[in-house]
Amino acid sequence: MILKEFTKGIWKENPVLVQVLGMCPTLAVSTKVVFGVSMGLATTFVLLSSSIIISILRKIIPNQVRIAVFTVIIATFVTVADYFLKAQFPDISKSLGPYIPLIVVNCIILGRQEAFASKQPVFKSILDAIGMGLGFTLSLVVLAGVREILAFGTFFNMTIMPEGYTKWVIMALPAGAFMTLGLIISLFNWINMKGKESKS
Amino acid sequence: MKKIIHILSVLTLVSLLSGACLVGVYKATAQKIVDNQKKATKDAIFKIFPEGKDSKQIDKKDLEIFSVTDAKQELLGYAFTCAGNGYQGEIKIMAGIEKDLNTLVGIEILESQETPGLGQEITNQPFKDEFKQLKTEPNIIYVKGEKPDQPNEIETITGATISSKAVVAILNKGIEKVRQEMGEK
Repeated sequence: MILKEFTKGIWKENPVLVQVLGMCPTLAVSTKVVFGVSMGLATTFVLLSSSIIISILRKIIPNQVRIAVFTVIIATFVTVADYFLKAQFPDISKSLGPYIPLIVVNCIILGRQEAFASKQPVFKSILDAIGMGLGFTLSLVVLAGVREILAFGTFFNMTIMPEGYTKWVIMALPAGAFMTLGLIISLFNWINMKGKESKS
Repeated sequence: MKKIIHILSVLTLVSLLSGACLVGVYKATAQKIVDNQKKATKDAIFKIFPEGKDSKQIDKKDLEIFSVTDAKQELLGYAFTCAGNGYQGEIKIMAGIEKDLNTLVGIEILESQETPGLGQEITNQPFKDEFKQLKTEPNIIYVKGEKPDQPNEIETITGATISSKAVVAILNKGIEKVRQEMGEK
């Protein structure tokens, strides 16, 4: 029963494929799998830390200023993640550029605080945050995987396409992101529909 | 009244804790971040001058320039940074130039936000190699869709003409500045 809080973020309420939240980082940093993984993990870290703190403080945060308090807490963890990446992984930090500080406005995070962590006990909030974070990371990896293979002929920066493969540059451009995301969402819905049919 | 005090105290407390936390993180990482930037600069210099052993920043107003020496302390040339607008954002380049300030040794792209797969090709070796031993007199020029036949010519990247042109323009401006500043001696 409690496990449901964890798995719902990965499939049934996937933040990208079902809730269609956090589109800005999803479309912008899914050109390569490495970027997708880093972005996903950074977001998961921020989501998890903020959920824990907000769930602990949920009874003392006044309702009128809750959004302001959430934002301060989220911004603190985003800055921590930003400094950490700059110090430990300067290359990744450079390629993600402004998208790390922009996690502050990722609506997945504020959305989970408002809808879940501010109303639920700490343990449940932790499961919810990890599930949502992983769901976000997995969606980014699938999206970035398709785009990286077609646009650069590589996966995780390893060449996998045969010599002489013509790169589909459009897949690295915004148009490629929209097309791939649309196709992935329809595939996802199709699988869900098939699942329901076989059950009934 | 009680409500207002509650709101004020929670906001103050959360902000204070957040500030304290950030001071700690900043203290722990600031040095490392500065070191990383210094290392990136050094790496770029020695990629341009593979025989280079040592580099020293020359004290110049609004120009970041380094003298590069080899193992025998002999001057190989100068490395300088220059920046300007690309297609999507600022491009920052580290360029190496010989002692006579006429021939480029090579370039490295330090920062760029060009389109992946198109403009970002300026960071790839084939494009950077075009600047090796490139003459800069009177300045660098580019050709489109044909092989360069002059010693001061480079070919733009197909589909990334604006980014290629930007690199040439930034370099020309940077070289001019270097000549002005270094010629004074």
